[in-house]
Amino acid sequence: MGNPSGPRKIRLSTTPTPEALAELRLGDVVYLDGLIYTAREGVYKRALEDKANIPMELPSESAANFHCSPAAAINEDGTFRLGAVTATASFRFTKWIGEWMAKSGAKLIIGKGGMSAKDYKQHFVPNGAIYLTTVGYGTGALLGRGVKRVKAVHWNKELGLAQAMWVLEADNMGPFIVESDLAGNSLFERENAKISANLARVYEGTTPAVLKRFGETDDRSDEMIG
Amino acid sequence: MIPIDIIQKTAEVLMDKAAIEIPQDYLDGLQAAANVEDGDLSSFVLEAMLENYKAAKEDRRAMCGDTGTPRWYVKMGNETRIEGGPIALEAALRRATANATNGVPLRPNRVHPLWRTDHDNNVGIGAPEIEYGYEPGGEWIDLITVHKGGLFGTDYRMLFPSDGIQGIKRFYLDCLVAFGKRGLACQPAIIGIGLGGCKDTCMVLGKRAACLRVVGSRNSDPRIAELELELKELGNSIGMGAMGFVGKSMVIDANIEVGYCHTGGMQMSVHAFCLSSRRAVARVYADGRVEYRTDPDWFTDYQRRETVEWEIPQDHEKSA
Repeated sequence: MGNPSGPRKIRLSTTPTPEALAELRLGDVVYLDGLIYTAREGVYKRALEDKANIPMELPSESAANFHCSPAAAINEDGTFRLGAVTATASFRFTKWIGEWMAKSGAKLIIGKGGMSAKDYKQHFVPNGAIYLTTVGYGTGALLGRGVKRVKAVHWNKELGLAQAMWVLEADNMGPFIVESDLAGNSLFERENAKISANLARVYEGTTPAVLKRFGETDDRSDEMIG
Repeated sequence: MIPIDIIQKTAEVLMDKAAIEIPQDYLDGLQAAANVEDGDLSSFVLEAMLENYKAAKEDRRAMCGDTGTPRWYVKMGNETRIEGGPIALEAALRRATANATNGVPLRPNRVHPLWRTDHDNNVGIGAPEIEYGYEPGGEWIDLITVHKGGLFGTDYRMLFPSDGIQGIKRFYLDCLVAFGKRGLACQPAIIGIGLGGCKDTCMVLGKRAACLRVVGSRNSDPRIAELELELKELGNSIGMGAMGFVGKSMVIDANIEVGYCHTGGMQMSVHAFCLSSRRAVARVYADGRVEYRTDPDWFTDYQRRETVEWEIPQDHEKSA
C-alpha cells in the first residue's frame, strides 16, 4: 500500500471563494457542501444554442456544474428517488464549456476524466474555475449517500431524465479529486507524462499491424498496407 | 414447462442484484490488486471503490450511477419449454428491464441513436439485447443479465497470421493505453479478448469473454490459458493504474475466447468490463425452483465444440 495517510482531504462549498479555490492542489480529495446541479449536452444546447432561460439563479444558488445523469426516478406524486450518482466523461463538452462558465458563473466543473490542459487554460483560468474529477469510476453509491435530497428537476420533459437539470443538495458529498488548479494545470496530464516514460519498454518486441488504419496516418492518399 | 411469471419475477431480482451487488470473484480480484498497489492516488481510488461496494449493498442502491446498457443472455437445456413460448420470454425480459429501471432505480441510458428519444426505461429498438445459447439435456433456463458500460474500452482490429502473437500484444496494449488514460475504461477491469470468427462474431466473443467468465477462470485450451496469464501480466506492467494514475493495476483478469476464422485472417477484439462488473445469474427449473449465482458458466465444452457431431457425456445426461 502507498502512503498510509493518503491524499489531503478538504471540505469545500459549492459556492467557493477564490481563496478557497487557490488553496487547492492537484490530487487533493474534496468533499462538497451546498447545491450542485447537473448539466451536460442537453442543458448546454438548450441554454446556449436555444437561448432558453436557465431555471435557477446562477451562480448565487450554485457554482458547481456536475457532468452527470443520476440513476434516479420521479415518483407519480412528483417526489424523487435517487440511487447512485456518477459522472459522465467531460471531454465531449469543450464546445460549450467556456460560454457556459461565462454565463453561469460556474467555478467547479465536476465530471469524469477531466478536460485538456488546453481547455483549462483557454476556458477555466479566465473564469477562475477548476475541475474536480469523480473517483473510480465510479463511486456512485458513495456520492448518492452524499446527496441529502433532490431539490428540483428542470427540463425533464424537454430533455428526458438522463439529460435533465437535477438540482441536488450535497452534504459532505465525495470523494472528488482536484484535477485542475487555478493556473490550468492537469493532474491527468502530469500522470500521463510519468507513465509515457515507461511505454517504450512495455511495447518492446511487439510489432505494428501489417494493415494500417486511418488515424495512424491522416494522409488519405496513403496506402494502408505494409 | 417453465412458468413465465417466475421468469419475469426472477429477471427483476437479477436486474437489482446486477446493479447493486459486486460479484465476489471480481471483488476478490480487486482486493488482491489493492493489496499490491503502491501508487498513492491509485491506492486511494481502489480503497474508495471497495468502500463504494459496501455502501451500495448496505443502502441497496446501484454501485455506479451509470448503470450501463442492460442486456440478457439466455441459455436453455435441450428439453426446455417456456410457458407462452419465446415471445412470452422476450416480453418478460423487456418488462423486467423497464420495471427495474424505475424500481432500483437505474439510469435510463438507452436512447434512439439519431432522434435521442428516451423512453426512460432502458427499452427500445434492439434494447435490451437478448442472446441465446443451448446445452444438451435438461429442462431449465439460465437468465443472465449483464449491465456493461456502453461508451469506452472496446475496439476491433483485422489482424493477419503474419501479425502473430507480437501483433496481438501490440493491439492489446494499444487498447489498454488508449482507454486507460484518465481511466476512461474504468480500470482495473476484466479484459475480454475475442480472436477469430468474423468481425461481428469476434466482437461477440470478446464481449462474452469479458462479461460471461469469472475472475480466475481459464480457457480450456492450455496454450490459450497461458496466453491469458501472459496478457494479464503485460497489462499490469504498463505502469498505469486506476483512473490512469501511476500504478500497477490495469487488469483483474484477461480472458480469451476464440472462433474459427477465414484462413487469411486473425480478427481481434478487446473489451474492458469495468470497476462495476455488473452480472447476475439465475437458473429456473420447471418445478419453479430458482437458484441464484454470479458465474454465468457460459463457455462449456459444448459452447466451445470443434466437431460436427457432439456426443453427450453420460454424466451430463444424468445431472441434467
